[in-house]
Amino acid sequence: MSESNPEPLFALVGNPNCGKTTIFNALTGLRQKVANYPGVTVEKKVGECISQHGKKLRLIDLPGAYSLNARSPDEAVLRDVLLGRRTDTPRPDRVICIADAANLERNLYLLTQVLELGLPVILVLNMIDVAEAREWHIDVPKLSALLGIPVIPMQATSGQGLIELKLAMSQSAPESPKWHSPPLPEPLKAELARSRGLLCQAGAVRTEAALLEPLYLISDHDPSHYGIDAAHLERIVECRKALEASFPGWEDELVNARYAAISELCAEVLKRPDQPGVTITDKLDAVFLHPIWGGLSMLAVMSVLFYLIFSLAQVPQGWIESAFSALGNWVQSEMAPGDLRDLIVNGVIAGVAGVLVFLPQILILFFFIGLMEDTGYMSRIAFVVDRLMSTVGLNGKAFLPFLSSYACAVPGIMATRTIDSPKDRLITILIAPLASCSARLPVYGLLIPALLPAHLASAWVKAGLMLAMYAIGTFGAFFFAWLFNKTIMRGASSPMILEMPDYKLPAMKGVLLHVWERANLFVKRAGTVILGLSILIWAASTYPKTPGADDSTQLANSIAGRAGHLIEPVVKPLGYDWKIGIGLISSFAAREVFVNTMSVVYAVESGDDEDVQPLRNRLAEERWPDGRPIYSPLVCLSLMVFYVFAMQCVSTIAIVRRETNSWKWPLFQLGYLTGTAYLLALVVYQVGTWLGY
Amino acid sequence: MLPAPKLSELPAGDSAIIAAMPCGRPALTRLRELGLVPGTRVKVVRRAPLGEPIEICVRGSRLAMRNHEAAFIELAAS
Repeated sequence: MSESNPEPLFALVGNPNCGKTTIFNALTGLRQKVANYPGVTVEKKVGECISQHGKKLRLIDLPGAYSLNARSPDEAVLRDVLLGRRTDTPRPDRVICIADAANLERNLYLLTQVLELGLPVILVLNMIDVAEAREWHIDVPKLSALLGIPVIPMQATSGQGLIELKLAMSQSAPESPKWHSPPLPEPLKAELARSRGLLCQAGAVRTEAALLEPLYLISDHDPSHYGIDAAHLERIVECRKALEASFPGWEDELVNARYAAISELCAEVLKRPDQPGVTITDKLDAVFLHPIWGGLSMLAVMSVLFYLIFSLAQVPQGWIESAFSALGNWVQSEMAPGDLRDLIVNGVIAGVAGVLVFLPQILILFFFIGLMEDTGYMSRIAFVVDRLMSTVGLNGKAFLPFLSSYACAVPGIMATRTIDSPKDRLITILIAPLASCSARLPVYGLLIPALLPAHLASAWVKAGLMLAMYAIGTFGAFFFAWLFNKTIMRGASSPMILEMPDYKLPAMKGVLLHVWERANLFVKRAGTVILGLSILIWAASTYPKTPGADDSTQLANSIAGRAGHLIEPVVKPLGYDWKIGIGLISSFAAREVFVNTMSVVYAVESGDDEDVQPLRNRLAEERWPDGRPIYSPLVCLSLMVFYVFAMQCVSTIAIVRRETNSWKWPLFQLGYLTGTAYLLALVVYQVGTWLGY
Repeated sequence: MLPAPKLSELPAGDSAIIAAMPCGRPALTRLRELGLVPGTRVKVVRRAPLGEPIEICVRGSRLAMRNHEAAFIELAAS
């Protein structure tokens, strides 16, 4: 692209759920890129399209927002881009404002705010078919005349109205809007004008800034204030305080005035039947939100989802694992033995397999989430479970990501993007690893029979113990959610306000595109970190080399082995020896690695992956120097409790790093989870010993 | 005089006009921005199976909120 960027930049703006992304996809096709706005976890989507006259146009899909008075990182980005305050994103030349025709009044709120910024605007009335089905009549020519901007009715899912939109985008000389700020009480208006004057003088805003522009910049709810000097910030705060003092509730006054103007506008252009008829949405909600059928249908949907990510995903995961193990074997046979071959086979190939093995779950989960978001069912889930989640201070939207974490925390944490409240999202990320994921199953599978030998306990008792591990983790998750709400997140308000959109058929192209994006981002961003950390852990258990030694001795003398010795005094109070210490260290890569490591430590021939009986027999024979068994029932229990809580998973760390955009939260998480794991395992072992077990 | 009825107390299926909302509360400012300003008619569509949140219809749009927020919204006596 040339430096002067001659192609005009169009910004797509609109409320959440207005179908903005569908229109962006339809306009750009696959000519789009997804990135992050630096410093925040908000996605930046840019693309290109060709106008009706064959001209190249640039597009940016801004995050969904209800108001320029920003209340979330998403809304702050929208505001800052539209005001031209982000250095990483040029100010758009024109705005395409997408309004959901079936929620016209509410959608006009953001539109009128955008119109006041002085950018040329095209209004798209999307989902016009839904409005028509409700027998709403919108006088499009009149709306266009009153606002002084092009207004285009559209049904994005079927592509109706797209050509008209492209034609409007090709028009080189857009008309200037006729909309003016709603009338305000004179003294308030004077005070606002004075504030703007001060801020213009100080250079905090452009001289042609709209009356409200400086005030959108500061809101109590967004402390980031991107691109504003501290000096200006102070002045803005002063202006706000002055307004607050002379006009308590001025912000609310502005909202009232704006809605009064919108009501007037709608009275002219929108005809609605007095008695709204029963829609498909009403009929479906009568079932999906029914006191009994609602809960049951949700249970059914969640069971299917859980089955898919828990069981069905194992099939392609198996393919990935065998393919990479075959590749590893091939390299093993073709290359001369040496460090390089070990690095390639056990470091790189195993590491890449360790990244790709997550893909089936991620693809399935995001396909499902895409369907549920697009059809409108996601809001219904949140509606039904919100009361439950509120007991620990979370809202209904946290339910699905947390549930998914029982299969695997990595896709679960990626799914927290559906939670709008930054506080709820962060808490959900922090507690997600406490859901007992499928990687813990091999550890439980090894230890439960060791703890309860077949002649002592029935399968039911073992199943009960397994269930208890899930219960402890779940209880821990709820406890920490509650605790974080009361402590580190205290004061961060997050009212639960949920939009209940009409049900509609999903736009499959958009859903698939979204799935592809998620998978792509995972491999590129988290995958590289996972690969790096896996190689590091592999190296720690491989070097330094002990020439001529068997695998077991080699591991014992490696960095990981020595670290196992080193931490023995720390883990001894939990009942563990240095060999278990090695297991803990190497399974930091992933929990299930514990089983393999212990096989190597005890030099047990690992035949079939599924059969851990030889290892279990070997564990039963292990003795302390004084003859006591090492793997006493108490130690097995203490180990399992440790694995319930400890964040033994580099992939989770990598994904949290990516999703929170900092190392602070994954490190905090690592600390609090491992600390809790240690403490509880200590309590189990010490209290158990004291009780004589 | 009886205290003004609140949105949180409105039975499912009923509608009423918003009489007043306290100023200066961020959650309520957001609800205003979504169309719940004094003088607007709201209808309670339903309550969630566990009693909360409540789904309301305002200006043809459907929203859900918890009792905690709804309790601040005073309704005109019908």
